[in-house]
Formats: sequence, C-alpha cells, structure tokens
Amino acid sequence: MYDAGKILAGLVIFLLLVTTPVWWSFAMGAEVRAPKLVLPEGRRACVLPTGEMKATHMELLNRWRDLAVRHGDRVMTTWDGRKVRRSLTQSCLGCHTDKDKFCDRCHDYVAVTPYCWDCHVAPRGGAS
Amino acid sequence: MTVDRRAFFKLAGLAVAAVELPVLGAARAHVDPPEEQPLKGRRWAMVVDLAACHRYPGCTRCMDACRREHNVPSIPDRKHEVKWIWEDSFGHAFPAQGSPYLDSELAGKPVLLLCNHCDNPPCVRVCPTQATWKREDGVVMMDWHRCIGCRYCIAACPYGSRSFNWVDPRPYIKTLNPDFPTRTKGVVEKCNLCEERLAEGRIPACVEACPAGALHFGDLADPESPVRQLLESRFAVRRKPGLGTQPQVYYLV
Amino acid sequence: MLEKALTGDRRYWSWIAVLSVIIGVGGWFYLRQLHVGLGITGMSRDVSWGFYIAQFTFLVGVAASAVMVVLPYYLHDVKVFGKLTILGELLAIASVTMCLLFIVVDLGQPQRMLNIVLHPTPHSILFWDMVVLNGYLILNVVISRTSLLAERRGEAPPTWIKPVIYLSIVWAVSIHTVTAFIYAGLAARPFWLTAILAPRFLASAFSSGPALLILLCLILRRFTRFDAGDEAISKIAVIVTYAMAINVFFILMEIFTAFYSDIPEHVEHFRYLFVGLDGHTRLVPWMWASVILAVFSLVLLINPRTRHGRTTLPLACIAVFASIWIDKGLGMVVTGFVPNPLGEVTEYWPTLAEGLITLGIYAIGALMVTGFYHIALAERGELGT
Repeated sequence: MYDAGKILAGLVIFLLLVTTPVWWSFAMGAEVRAPKLVLPEGRRACVLPTGEMKATHMELLNRWRDLAVRHGDRVMTTWDGRKVRRSLTQSCLGCHTDKDKFCDRCHDYVAVTPYCWDCHVAPRGGAS
Repeated sequence: MTVDRRAFFKLAGLAVAAVELPVLGAARAHVDPPEEQPLKGRRWAMVVDLAACHRYPGCTRCMDACRREHNVPSIPDRKHEVKWIWEDSFGHAFPAQGSPYLDSELAGKPVLLLCNHCDNPPCVRVCPTQATWKREDGVVMMDWHRCIGCRYCIAACPYGSRSFNWVDPRPYIKTLNPDFPTRTKGVVEKCNLCEERLAEGRIPACVEACPAGALHFGDLADPESPVRQLLESRFAVRRKPGLGTQPQVYYLV
Repeated sequence: MLEKALTGDRRYWSWIAVLSVIIGVGGWFYLRQLHVGLGITGMSRDVSWGFYIAQFTFLVGVAASAVMVVLPYYLHDVKVFGKLTILGELLAIASVTMCLLFIVVDLGQPQRMLNIVLHPTPHSILFWDMVVLNGYLILNVVISRTSLLAERRGEAPPTWIKPVIYLSIVWAVSIHTVTAFIYAGLAARPFWLTAILAPRFLASAFSSGPALLILLCLILRRFTRFDAGDEAISKIAVIVTYAMAINVFFILMEIFTAFYSDIPEHVEHFRYLFVGLDGHTRLVPWMWASVILAVFSLVLLINPRTRHGRTTLPLACIAVFASIWIDKGLGMVVTGFVPNPLGEVTEYWPTLAEGLITLGIYAIGALMVTGFYHIALAERGELGT
C-alpha cells in the first residue's frame, strides 16, 4: 500500500471527527432524557395501536394524504372499529390538541423537522 | 404459535377495547366524521351571469370568501401575486373576441376569472409528477404535497389561472383558516372548485357568497340541473374555445 | 484515470481556484434562494420561466452538438476528427450536467425532484426530457471512458462500443428535439407553437456547439501541445457555416409566417422582441445585437478566406456563439410569456442573485471541461506548451 502511514492517520482523524457527537456528549457528562409527551386525557386508543403509531405514524400520514387528496377516500375504519376522518388537523390534532407538547417534543428529541406545518395549521401551539 | 408484533398489539388492543368501551364511546363523539353527504356530480361546471354580476359594482364578496376559505395570500408585489378567483377586463378575459364597438357597458366592466376546470386540461397533460390531475367529476385537482414547482403547468395554461408561490405565503394571509392548509413556497396553486366543501356537501364558497346570484354551480351531466338549463336557454361563451381545452366555466353575456 | 486531474501546473490550479470561487459564490446565493424561495429571481406570475430554463435550453444544444464531430468520424470516416471526438463527448458531459443543474435550481421544491421518477408520467414531455438527458449523460460517460481507457492501453476500442456510439448519434438529436417539444406542444403559447422549433433548435445547436469546440481547440493549441490540426478545424468551420445559415433561414421562416399571416397573437411576440410592445423594449437592443452578430458571423464564415483566417475564424465563432446565446438563452423562453395569455405585458430581467447562480453553474461546467480535457491530454502526454 502506498503511503500507508498517511492513509491510516487520515482514517483515524476521520473516525474521531465523525464520532464527535458521541464522545463529546460522554465527555461533557450530558444526560439524555426521553421526552415526556402529553397524551389526550380520557382516551386510550389511537387509530392504530400505540406501538404501531410510534413506529409508523409518518407512513400512515403519507397514506392518508394520498387517499384523502388523490382518491377522495376520506374516512378510515380503525383497528377497533371506529370511523375516523383522514385529516391531520381535524382528527390527529382533534385529540392531540397541543402540538407543542406532543408532536414537537418528540420531533425535537429525535431532531427531525417534518414539513407538515409549513402548510397545515395547528389549532394551538403556534403555526411554526 | 408465533406472535408477531402487529398481531400481538391487535390482541392487546382487543383486550383493551373490551374493558374500555365507555371511554371509546366518548372518543367516538369527538373524532367521528360529520354526518352530511358529499355532493356528487359527473361533470361539475360554473355558469357566470355577467349582467347579474354587474348589478353589484365594486362587490368583492366571492373573492373575499375564496380568500378566507382557502388561505389565499394578499401579496402586494404584482409579480408574486396568487389568484384563485379574480376580475379583469373583458378584453383581457376574451382577447380577440371583442370589437371596437363593444357595448361600452360590457367593455368597462370586470369579468370574473378562475380555473376553467377544463375537460381536456393542458396543465394535467404536461405535469411530470401527476401533482395535478382531473378527477372523474371534472375537478382539476392540485396535490401540493407532490408538486415539485417546475411550473410547466403555468406555461401550459392558456388562461393564466395558475399561480406559483415565489415566496412563503404565510405572512401575507390576513386571517388564517385552520381548517384548510396554506401553501409552502415553491408549489403551484389554483382554484380547486372548493373540492373540500363538495366533500362535505356544500357548494363552492364564491357561489354561496354571491349576493347577485351571478354564480351558478352544478352538474352538467344532469339534464335537470339549473346550470344545464341555463346553458340551454341562454347564449353563453367560453374563454379561448378554439384551443380545444373545453373550459367548464361558462359566461352568459 | 481521474487522478490525472490532480496534478497540474500553477496556471491550471489558479484557473481552478478562480472557478471554485465563482462556484462558491453561486452556491451561497443558491442557499439564499432555497431559504427565500424563487422570489429572489426576476421571474414572476406572468414570466414564470426565465434565465435558468433558457440556459438549460441553450446548453442542451451545446451538448447535442458533440454529434457534429462524432457523426462525420464514425459514419463518414472523416479521419481528422479522430482526435476531436473525445473532446466533443467530454464537452457533452459537462453541458448535460449543467442542463440538469439548471433544471434543479429552477425547481420550487428541489428536494422532491425524485417525484418525476417515483411517479413516471409518459404524457409529460418533461418526463421524457429527464429520460433522454440522463440517457445521453450515461452514453457519453461510457463512450468517453471506454475510448480513453483503450487509448491508454494502446489498443483499439472494444467492438461493443461501436453500436453504443451509433446510438449516441441518434440520441443527440433526440435530446434537442424533446427539449423543443417541451415548448412546441403548448397551445397556450403561440410564440413556441411552431413545428419548426425543433429543427431550429438543432440548427442553432449545430452552429453554436461546434463554434465553441473550435474556440476550445484554439485555446488548447495556445496553452498545450494538443493540436486539433488546421484541416479538422476548417472542416468544423464549414459545419458551423452551414448550420448557422440554416438557423438564420429558419428564423426568417418564422418571421414570414407571423407577419404575412398577421395573426395578432403570433405577431405580438416578434414585435416585443424587435420593436417592443406597449412601450416595453427591454429585449430590443439585445435582439438587434443578435441579428447583427449573426449577419457579421455569416459574412466571415461564408467567405473562404476569412473562414480560415487565424483571427477572423475565432471572431466568427464568438459571433455565432453570442448571437445564438442571446436568441436562445435570453429571447426565446422569456418571449413565450410576453404578452401573457391575457394580453398583458410583464417584463423580465434576471436579478443579481439569479445571475450569480447561473454563473456558478457555468463555472461548474467550465471546471468539468477543464478537468476532463486535462485528463484526456495527460493520458496522451499532450499537456504543457
């Protein structure tokens, strides 16, 4: 291998840089706390079981979007037999009334910024 | 027996449902879709009665209603304007159809313009992502989630009915209607014939708001519909009929 | 092979540095555009395509013009073009890349551009343009790489490359035809609604592209040991001459049809271009400059003495390139929107940000051409003076 020393040194520097967030957090003793979400009171069930909602709500919303906008299929029957309108602002935010304390807390924690809110208007918790 | 995660949750859900029926009952009242039936048609169309419209000079109620309903921004810079339903002169609305001796009544007065919801829409033909398409009932739809902002549809529309969001429209919306989305910068928009209202059994907002009864909305495929009878009894024109787009907004002159 | 681009003299690196700065400035303004929206350009509700799409259209022509050296060499055995085909193909790669970049910077939602692939739509010409441009890019990458590798090993290129090259000849015509169809199929825009648009695009492409190639050959002759040879250059000059004459002829056809029929919606666009409409005259001086440059270039090109002249030929090539750039890169796209379908005139002029983003993309193209030609000449040991 040509320039083995230089290449290995370069690789080490690269690895150090890439893993900065990990070792920096450890070094600074950063504490990681899972976000506390405010769930709707008096309701236990979402349109899918909680685990599935946690894992796949974005896919569900994409599906809802296409079904409602493109196919005019606006009503969904849930896993437990209820009929729900396929609407982010009306159905989702109808129960999860506080976007800040539900959507945003978790999205901030995992550092994603879904662009839903560029267009859809949250009833409460700011329009950002 | 193996239980995958999905199946496990389903079983768990059933168990929960069995003991929580009263709670779910409360939830039902909250999120259930409303009872009203959607308006169904086979070929939606609009008929604009210009003489009736002109009996209310300076009236902007249809345009105001549309703005409120659909969060249409009021952008002062003419270059970045967004228009769904607006008015312009007869000469601009019907180029090459006037004459120098055009009834001065008509020549000086505005004509309401909006998307023609063409039967053969050129915008739909050119869209590379099917972000705009024609529904079976004739509504030319826009999917703002899918639009990539190439503006080919704007180039293809012979009526200037499409607007692009050159900037973020939010700051230019006076009162936000939370029941309808705004748009993001970089997508194309236009009149949607109030498809969101049709789904709830309501007629378009502009038609409802018109104090003159100048706007008629209905199903042309239904021989009994008022729009069909209007077109059979009075002379109506369409914008640029020679292009073969088959506009579905008719003007009684 | 690519590592050859990493060794060069001081002049090479200074040029790369200059281009990198221009690219950086363009990149910064593009970030601004992503943030603010396309509102930072001069485009408007009425003139909804502008500089970006015009440059795209112009550069599709430059890309297609590689065929003007490839076709004579492979189909008519014009041996003197042997050294040039690779330069044409590499220029095509850079041009197509610029085309694709111009499309991307023109999108309102570039992060969604894969929707064109995810929801393929055969009734949209833009879909087919995406297909032919990417196909042309791949063809030229494969062809130029294969022939350079063969040359390095001192072998003849593998036989399978021949049909690929024949395909690329047809494909080159297709990219500019499909690009013309984007415009020529729109009932809403009478200025573009003309069957001669695709032939016109091809004629202007086959004059401006080879003119650029001549200029590049002359630059290479000045700064490197590469010499295309007088015979090759004069043969390309003949191609430029014919193509430019045909191009001007086609434009005159358009003008005859519009003015003799005197249909207002056809005439108005040409009025806007050459005399102005309702007092709006922004493009008028440019279009007359284009006319004068075209006539000037034809005078120089048709006369055999000036066509071979050491100073007059480059002058003629610059004139051809500038004339067609004004016609296609400025007038053609914008005028389709002036007047708008309601008969109103809204004028367009690019903003500074738009101009710098455009310049940045041209600098990316120049960087690619520099790097590619550097590699090609290094492989042949023709670098240095």
